[in-house]
Amino acid sequence: MRIAADIFTIVAILTGAFFFLAGTVGLLRFPDTLTRLHALTKADNLGLGLVVLGLLPQSNSVFAGLKMILVWLLVLLASATVSQLIARAARRDGPPS
Amino acid sequence: MTSFLLAMTFFLVVMVAVGLFCVLRGASNADRMMAVQLFGTGGIAALLLVGVAHGTEGVVDVVLTLSVLAAFAAVAFVKADESSAKDENRPEQGS
Amino acid sequence: MSDALHLALIALLLALAFWTVVARETFAAVAGFVSYGLLLTLAWVALSAVDVALTEAAIGAGLTGALLIGAASRLRKTEAAARTEWPGRATRVLAAIVASAVAAAIAACVLLLPDPAPTLAPEVAQNLASTGVGNPITAVLMSFRAMDTMLEAIVLLFGLIAIWSLASDRYWGGRPGLAPVYEPNGILAYLARVLPPIGIVVGIYILWVGADYPGGKFQGGTVLAAMWLLLMMSGLHDAPAVSRRWVRLVLIGGPAVFILVGVLGVFVANAFLAYPAGFAKPLIIVIEVALLPSLAVTLTLLLIGPPQRSESPP
Repeated sequence: MRIAADIFTIVAILTGAFFFLAGTVGLLRFPDTLTRLHALTKADNLGLGLVVLGLLPQSNSVFAGLKMILVWLLVLLASATVSQLIARAARRDGPPS
Repeated sequence: MTSFLLAMTFFLVVMVAVGLFCVLRGASNADRMMAVQLFGTGGIAALLLVGVAHGTEGVVDVVLTLSVLAAFAAVAFVKADESSAKDENRPEQGS
Repeated sequence: MSDALHLALIALLLALAFWTVVARETFAAVAGFVSYGLLLTLAWVALSAVDVALTEAAIGAGLTGALLIGAASRLRKTEAAARTEWPGRATRVLAAIVASAVAAAIAACVLLLPDPAPTLAPEVAQNLASTGVGNPITAVLMSFRAMDTMLEAIVLLFGLIAIWSLASDRYWGGRPGLAPVYEPNGILAYLARVLPPIGIVVGIYILWVGADYPGGKFQGGTVLAAMWLLLMMSGLHDAPAVSRRWVRLVLIGGPAVFILVGVLGVFVANAFLAYPAGFAKPLIIVIEVALLPSLAVTLTLLLIGPPQRSESPP
């Protein structure tokens, strides 16, 4: 049972790390502010979700696990809102560079 | 398991570092605001990983605080940028 | 693996600190500084100093960032003028010498520390049971060094009075900050409706958990202050006039309770701020709970600055 949980953790976190890698490659390769914002806020959120999912079997208590899920939901809410606000600021400050 | 989690933390710190380099090098204020957002996801994931790797109790509370405040800091940035943009436009509208 | 992580964190911290110092624009420098604060949180957790990490996350990354960004947007008008007054070579060389000397002195102090460093940790651990709280940091802050914590809360109040004194006579006692701009269907108004209820629960939870785990009134108060500021930034709620009686009462309430408990100690336990045996934990909880709203309101008003408008809306 322990081994199954550990394998689940490793697979989920590796998948999460892949999405973080994708987000960073997007930041490096995309040409302008709006597309970079897209890479940052979408891929990274999925990466964080997978990391949280992978860490759930390793947490000491159910309460700690619930708090980790709450963290992910809060980050989703924040990213969704903030990316819109930043995009609006980018449009106001001039043509995307 | 501990060394795997620490290796993943290391990987995420490198990812955040590279992302930070791109974002801070960017020309516009919007790029700078993304730096805060970058830590809001990548930094929080790294924090969770290192906390669980060390078995530190209470790291989830740190992350919880951070996830509430990261949104707040980003909004403060956007509002400050907005108000200074308004200030810059004012003389042009008057003329 | 742990070493590689620590080295990466050190390298990134140094690079980010350097970038923040050399950045020309204040806005960029603040973005660097906030990132630095978040990275420092990660470094403290990597060192297993969760109490420090929580404080850094709350104060360093959250509130200080908002405070500095407010300052940066106020300075923006004068930034171009300030840049033309480039200091002369002599000033710059002198500044470099002074800064290097300070850095060398700090480095020398760190290198000359006795090994093992002098510590009071065993004494704290021995006497922890007498305070009734499980977290040694809370025990030190609220019992063994309660005087420092009390003065800390009071000095914030003095800071607020100093900021208020910057108001022009016309607006003395008026509302601080700019008039709110409210967009009912804006995305910011949506966030300001959804996040604060969760944030308030998190803030109170952080206060409560401080008895046995990292947490406490300062960190909890910061979260509450951030939620209130979010409401004000979204325009859902206007800042209260600082002459309001309830504002003044909440501001002094926490420190007043703290001083009252301290004076009570003189009569009951023979020393200022001493807790009578067996009552340490309840009294600590009373002080923490009383300080939470005071700190939240103090930090909020510190961030929005001096009164800029008259009391009644136009």
